[in-house]
Amino acid sequence: MTQPEIPILEGSNCPLPIKNRGAIVLGHGSGGQMTHDLIREVFQSRLSNTILNTANDAANIPEALPGKRLVVSTDAHIVSPLFFAGGDIGRLAVCGTVNDVAMLGADPRYLTATFILEEGFSIHELELIVDSFANACLEAGVELIAADTKVTEKGKSDKLFISTTGFGWADSRLQIGGEQAKPGDAVIISGPLGNHGIAVAEARGNLGFSSQVRSDIAPLNQMVKALLDAHLDVHVLRDPTRGGLATTLVEIARQSRVNIELDEESIPIDKPVRKTCELLGLDPLYLANEGKLILILPADQAEEALHIMRSTRYGEQAHLIGQVLGSSRGQVLLKTPFGTTRVLEMLAGEMLPRIC
Amino acid sequence: MTETPTNLRDASLTKAIMAEIRRVTTQAWNIMEICGGQTHAIMQFGLDQLLPPEITLIHGPGCPVCVTSLQAIEQGLQIASHPNVIFTTFGDMLRVPGNQADLFGARSQGADVRVVYSPLDSLKIAKANPNKQVVFFAIGFETTAPTIASTILTASKSGINNFSILPANVLVPPAIRAILSNPANRVQGFLAAGHVCAVMGYHEYLPIAEQYQIPIVVTGFEPVDLAMGILMTVQQLEAGQHEVSNAYPRFVTLEGNLVAQEMIAQVFEPVDRQWRGIGTIPLSGLGLRREFASFNALSRFELAKTPLSESPLCIAGKVLSGVAKPLDCPAFGNECTPSHPLGAPMVSSEGACAAYYRYHRTSA
Repeated sequence: MTQPEIPILEGSNCPLPIKNRGAIVLGHGSGGQMTHDLIREVFQSRLSNTILNTANDAANIPEALPGKRLVVSTDAHIVSPLFFAGGDIGRLAVCGTVNDVAMLGADPRYLTATFILEEGFSIHELELIVDSFANACLEAGVELIAADTKVTEKGKSDKLFISTTGFGWADSRLQIGGEQAKPGDAVIISGPLGNHGIAVAEARGNLGFSSQVRSDIAPLNQMVKALLDAHLDVHVLRDPTRGGLATTLVEIARQSRVNIELDEESIPIDKPVRKTCELLGLDPLYLANEGKLILILPADQAEEALHIMRSTRYGEQAHLIGQVLGSSRGQVLLKTPFGTTRVLEMLAGEMLPRIC
Repeated sequence: MTETPTNLRDASLTKAIMAEIRRVTTQAWNIMEICGGQTHAIMQFGLDQLLPPEITLIHGPGCPVCVTSLQAIEQGLQIASHPNVIFTTFGDMLRVPGNQADLFGARSQGADVRVVYSPLDSLKIAKANPNKQVVFFAIGFETTAPTIASTILTASKSGINNFSILPANVLVPPAIRAILSNPANRVQGFLAAGHVCAVMGYHEYLPIAEQYQIPIVVTGFEPVDLAMGILMTVQQLEAGQHEVSNAYPRFVTLEGNLVAQEMIAQVFEPVDRQWRGIGTIPLSGLGLRREFASFNALSRFELAKTPLSESPLCIAGKVLSGVAKPLDCPAFGNECTPSHPLGAPMVSSEGACAAYYRYHRTSA
């Protein structure tokens, strides 16, 4: 068989620039047509809303709410790999910032975001991440109102970094913060600990086996709203992310100048997380969480708080884990099932597995 | 994955054994748990708080990270900093201070230092990077030796030439002999490390018990295991016996794992080795046999001799040989903390100082 003849085109046929590349190129950061196309096709198609759609260089925030104060938080999200069991950097970038705003008792409403893209990064993966970002915004009830993209040369960043800033409003009478824990308060955790840390370690290929653990990334603002709507006297709300429960509680104990006592047996930890930790010599109390909060409030309101949390989507396994003792320089004490007590310290540096 | 039977963490069973220890104890006894993993578990569960005041636990030199010599760490730092090297190591080693730097610091300066869970992972890295030299920091006791030996056998069979090890493995029985030969020794009974004995058996300990007239009890790592090990040691001490007994029979036999022992013997031979803070102990390390000498990283790299200096504040040697407790050190919790360790026992979570810092600092 003879090959079909390839038509030879002559005359003016300048090669057109390749438009639909599969990967980010420096031109996507030029500010010109390629940037506009990328923003329109990847971002605006997924994250459209009236404020973002005005397409000005800045956004007007319409609300001026009497009796409320504005709460702001900002966070840079760098995670490797970008996808892991239970989530990805897009969901993380939304939930991390939404949760930080919510932890001051605020109702998060708006986000701004910067996407830093490395030359060569897959546009398909970017689309998946922006999809996930948009879904998380929808679930948390927040809108992206201003955003920026930048492209770095290959090797000057790592695939994708996302920085987000969140805005929300809190009742100006609320006094919630790490310095508010009072002797006699109850300490509650919204669910089992360590899942995010193990899921990311596994995605990095650091486990050498499949743990079946999924990250717990979740927006916690609905849970916070439910607690505040019930007019509970919330003293402290904080999400135990990097450094885990132990490090976060030590921070709170030092800020409030109190001792905190935990009951080891009542701290919820999923069995696969516990097993993986035992095998690798890790401590689940120091593993990162992305969808848990610590609630500290007067002990006589603990039952009601638990009831409310357990009726929300991410608080079904909420548990009373300890109490605030008297004033001191700030230590966290763990009561073991053996009736003995040990002191929990902050995580010293990077968590390292023991060798045997 | 082996399941830990839940009853081995049973609080009432542990307390019952502790009550029996209190019942049989009539005088003061010093017992050394040799293994850092046991120190860690004792501190984690607070088991020392349940013992009668007569029983003192002395924490032994059984943390491989802590006893790896300063010289080996300096050699590791030099090799890791070589531009053509991927240096692989167990995680704990990253923070162990050398003269000035640690492997974390080397990594921040551009060295390719990677944490592995098994030395076999280093072979995968070597295959994937044929133009690089992959060097594994071979530390640990008899427990890590079989997989390191098997890695070298595999590399040798499959002709992987860009892999080598920095040999620093150490052996438990010579260390026990060194402690017992020290005129300042206070140890009257030993808990032998269950996982070491799972590999090596416990026949090696019979002549030691006999020669030094000292009870040695093979002991596991869970609260019930540890309580049983201590009880069996105290029973012997109170009865004036000095035997080797096995409180960890579900994993340990007299002979141990013969396949693993054969593999170790095929690749390694006993050599004199320096222990950080303790000094050189004769025939206490594993060196590569002549037929595998080409896998010794020290023969592949030109290394500069560096003067070795320890912090003058650190009493790691006394802590590691059981002469002092971490709280006896004036630098403990002050100049020396897990975020700024002066000596190795503050680095590894198995190190006695780090275990005390994490679990025991109630007076602060």
